[in-house]
Amino acid sequence: MSNAATGEGIGQPVRRKEDFRFITGNGHYTDDIARPRQTWAYFLRSPHAHAKIRKIDTRAAEAAPGVVAIFTGKHVADDGLGGLICGWTVSSKDGTPMKVGPHPILALDTVRYVGDHVAMVVAETLAEARSAAEMIDVDYETLPAAVALAACQSKEAPQVHPEAPRNTCFEWELGNKPETEAAFAKADKIVKLDLTNNRLIPNAMEPRAAIGEYDKGSGVYTLHTTSQNPHVARLVLSAFVGVAPEHKLRVIAPDVGGGFGSKIFIYAEETACVWAAAKVGRPIKWTADRSEAFLSDAHGRDHLSHAELALDKNGKFLALRVKTVANLGAYLSTFSASVPTYLYGTLLSGQYDIPAIYVEVDGVYTHTAPVDAYRGAGRPEATYLVERIVETAARETGIDPAEIRRRNFIRSFPHQTPVIMAYDAGDYEASLDAAMKAVDHKGFPARKAEAEKRGKLRGLGFSSYIEACGIAPSAAVGSLGAGVGLWESAEVRVNPTGNVEVLTGSHSHGQGHETTFAQLVASRLGIPMEQVEIVHGDTDKVQFGMGTYGSRSGAVGMSAIVKALDKIETKAKKIAAHLMEAAVEDIVFENGTFTVQGTDKSLPWAQLALSAYTAHGFPSAEIEPGLKEGAFYDPTNFTFPAGCHICEVEIDPDTGVTRIVNFVAVDDFGTIINPMIVEGQVHGGIAQGIGQALLEHGVYDPASGQLVTGSYMDYCMPRADDLPSFNLGFTKTVCPSNPLGMKGCGEAGAIASPPAIINAITDALGIRDIEMPATPARVWAAIQSRPRAAAAE
Amino acid sequence: MYQFNYARPKSLAEAEALLAKADDPKLLAGGQTLIPTLKQRLAMPSDLIDIGGLKELDFIRAEGNAVMIGAATKHATVAQSPDVKKHNPALAALAEGIGDPAVRHMGTIGGSIANNDPASDYPAACLALDAKIHTTKRLIEADEFFKGMFETALEDGEIVKEITFPHPEKAAYMKFPNPASRYAMVGVFVSKGPWGIRVAVTGAGQDGVFRVKEMEDALAKSWSPDAVASIKIPAKGLNADLHGTAEYRAHLITVMAKRAVAAAG
Repeated sequence: MSNAATGEGIGQPVRRKEDFRFITGNGHYTDDIARPRQTWAYFLRSPHAHAKIRKIDTRAAEAAPGVVAIFTGKHVADDGLGGLICGWTVSSKDGTPMKVGPHPILALDTVRYVGDHVAMVVAETLAEARSAAEMIDVDYETLPAAVALAACQSKEAPQVHPEAPRNTCFEWELGNKPETEAAFAKADKIVKLDLTNNRLIPNAMEPRAAIGEYDKGSGVYTLHTTSQNPHVARLVLSAFVGVAPEHKLRVIAPDVGGGFGSKIFIYAEETACVWAAAKVGRPIKWTADRSEAFLSDAHGRDHLSHAELALDKNGKFLALRVKTVANLGAYLSTFSASVPTYLYGTLLSGQYDIPAIYVEVDGVYTHTAPVDAYRGAGRPEATYLVERIVETAARETGIDPAEIRRRNFIRSFPHQTPVIMAYDAGDYEASLDAAMKAVDHKGFPARKAEAEKRGKLRGLGFSSYIEACGIAPSAAVGSLGAGVGLWESAEVRVNPTGNVEVLTGSHSHGQGHETTFAQLVASRLGIPMEQVEIVHGDTDKVQFGMGTYGSRSGAVGMSAIVKALDKIETKAKKIAAHLMEAAVEDIVFENGTFTVQGTDKSLPWAQLALSAYTAHGFPSAEIEPGLKEGAFYDPTNFTFPAGCHICEVEIDPDTGVTRIVNFVAVDDFGTIINPMIVEGQVHGGIAQGIGQALLEHGVYDPASGQLVTGSYMDYCMPRADDLPSFNLGFTKTVCPSNPLGMKGCGEAGAIASPPAIINAITDALGIRDIEMPATPARVWAAIQSRPRAAAAE
Repeated sequence: MYQFNYARPKSLAEAEALLAKADDPKLLAGGQTLIPTLKQRLAMPSDLIDIGGLKELDFIRAEGNAVMIGAATKHATVAQSPDVKKHNPALAALAEGIGDPAVRHMGTIGGSIANNDPASDYPAACLALDAKIHTTKRLIEADEFFKGMFETALEDGEIVKEITFPHPEKAAYMKFPNPASRYAMVGVFVSKGPWGIRVAVTGAGQDGVFRVKEMEDALAKSWSPDAVASIKIPAKGLNADLHGTAEYRAHLITVMAKRAVAAAG
């Protein structure tokens, strides 16, 4: 029976295998795990954005009930432990490498943001650890803080790190400055726009957690942690921090409840737990509460940009120049330098043929939580800038927004942009056409007029986005400063009874790998999905892997599985040829059965698997027993999902409330394995995009550096009633650079949607810009300050 | 949370006795504000006296021209009560819109008004409906009860027993929720009844719930949305934060008042 017939094949909307255990409470998250003799950690955090630590007195706390041990930065330093690292080195235009301040596991003599780790209390219970932490007497000398991004590079601004004068970590550039200047000089029209990309706080459903333990007998450390990439965590903890040698450190990322990037990084808390476990001789557990998550998870976005677009008289784009100031927070997080540079500047060509681009990005330290990758990572910021300025250009030239895009679309592939990327395939007009049809573009004027009769303002906004994902060719990222390669591994283990375990370096924390990967393997081997187990997240099981981020699990992780399956098939055919006494070239493998071409000889999969392990009569020189193959897959290019989102809003001018009345997303993700899961990814991505555009904002008090939005009382997470029912469509151009033709769908929704929403709001109000999030208060204020002519429209 | 003594008295009298005895006690009813506060270690009471389960405080009765609601009656019970829906549908609708289902099935009316969160809904209803608050010591008029942000006329050892709501002729509550917390950023309760006409505003004021005399006068002349539509509320004394300026809140009071009058019919 073929998998197409069972409804499990590639392209089938198979229900997620993992959901049964999640929705019945049978998942195993880090906090569900209890180790024998386990203790609890509580982290004392800085209440100040910037202060010198004169003295830490832990004597009273040490005597408190239940306390096992208290550790400060001094203990960590005395033990010779290194600090946390940034795994990507970016250089400034003058060739100097980025200026990196130390990032200690526990603060030594200075705290640099509210929430910075000052001490770790280990106690018998969490309540005791917390009570003891309150008894630690820290003598702070508070200092002025650098908080408001726009002011942090001034001479007068307080310094975050002495290594980085004027708080400037790097002054990066990309593109061709002289060509860009020349194009601007001959332009008929120049459109200018200042944009803010608001700071976001990730808020995965499961907060970060860790259990560190140490086995004295073997000298092996084990860390259970909420990680998107346990092998990378192990590498950093052993090679850079120096907790333990790699072969004496096991990192397990069990079920993980969402990451959105925030769980890529190696943080102080899990490092301290696994390090201190050996000191106290007992397992140490820590689970963040939501308040800690707000303070200490790496935040996302936070850019200030000035953009200029040069056009000729026909509305053809000639050049784009951009100056961006990117907030890095108080310390460089694991990949933070790459996000506002190589994941941002490289996407500024959008879907358009722009002959010259020049972008400058200053990475700036502030006394706020570290900023790193968050769903989309650099690409939402690029897409927002491009699609906002293109829309503005349309309005200022009087060319229809769809038409100005059509005039500038890239139409032949491969296409080399001026900013590194070589787009491999796409049909941008197809998605624009499909989206305009789905939103009933022709009917919009009538709907707008009808809304006006009800006293409401309607607007329509486009976003023709492209992103680069499936990161990434190791050679390419290596040449751009990455400290790692970005391949993926897979191992296919066929058991004697014919069922299969697939070990993958792609970690699943909501993406549904246990389903999609199993669909691929089952359809390839012609066996039911239930006979395929996907194994991930344990460095003792999977040899190495680069993990899940940058929408890479399909394009890179599944490609590695394909490669391993190719090897399995090659060997299995050899065995089949031997067993059926035929030439290997004559063996055909289809629907789980090996046949000899032109004969009625056949051998089912299960029988072949058993034969591989009995190995009776194998010619040992030619066929080894067993059936297990591994592969490493290194992509040859990024993949380039693209599409068109169109948002229609209706605004109540009395209250400033924006309602999304229609949201259309037409995406080109290449080959789709499971359309239901892909739709879910798009839904989630758009929800986060709507969050950024209308609701979410990480705000620090500019004077004190206190996090104002430190709970759900003030940080506005999207709720179901904030979201419309999404109207999705798909177009398809196959990705030529991987065997399945896949592109990646995990981040597209969050990348594409914000500019569509803001373009719709500015269209409805007849204004040039409104800052995200476009809250009711901001929309109302914008309406009050509209020029009269616009108000009268 | 910090450690505290926990008591679950079997009667209001026992609760009063425990309250008098303890060092720094707190009454616990639905716990929808107090428990999160304790969990964040923002309060350190010596004793929690749990009156949430007292049957004698959990009732709804319609008698004469009023509905009597026991202090430990949950929001969901008020929202679903046939008596409240019949005689005071605006109050039932208000209760239906408090917080989320978990809050409505745990939180109590007595706890809400005794806490007097400046953004909670019930104070607007009490003030606009001329409610009588019966305590273990006396009867307090709604006009006298709410004394400012988290402040009430309640004295130490005094427990809210019952809130009496006279039937309105017309009433409606319109809430503009804070986008993040969904508490009232501006909530306006308008009513017409034996007490005349009242307009009470919650969420917006720095000192908690307040009445808008100018709107009441205008509605007395003409009960219609247009009567309040052009009344501008001064921004002075209103809250301002990242969710909105005082001017925005002032504007929303007019908009919500207009909509409330329209809804009241």
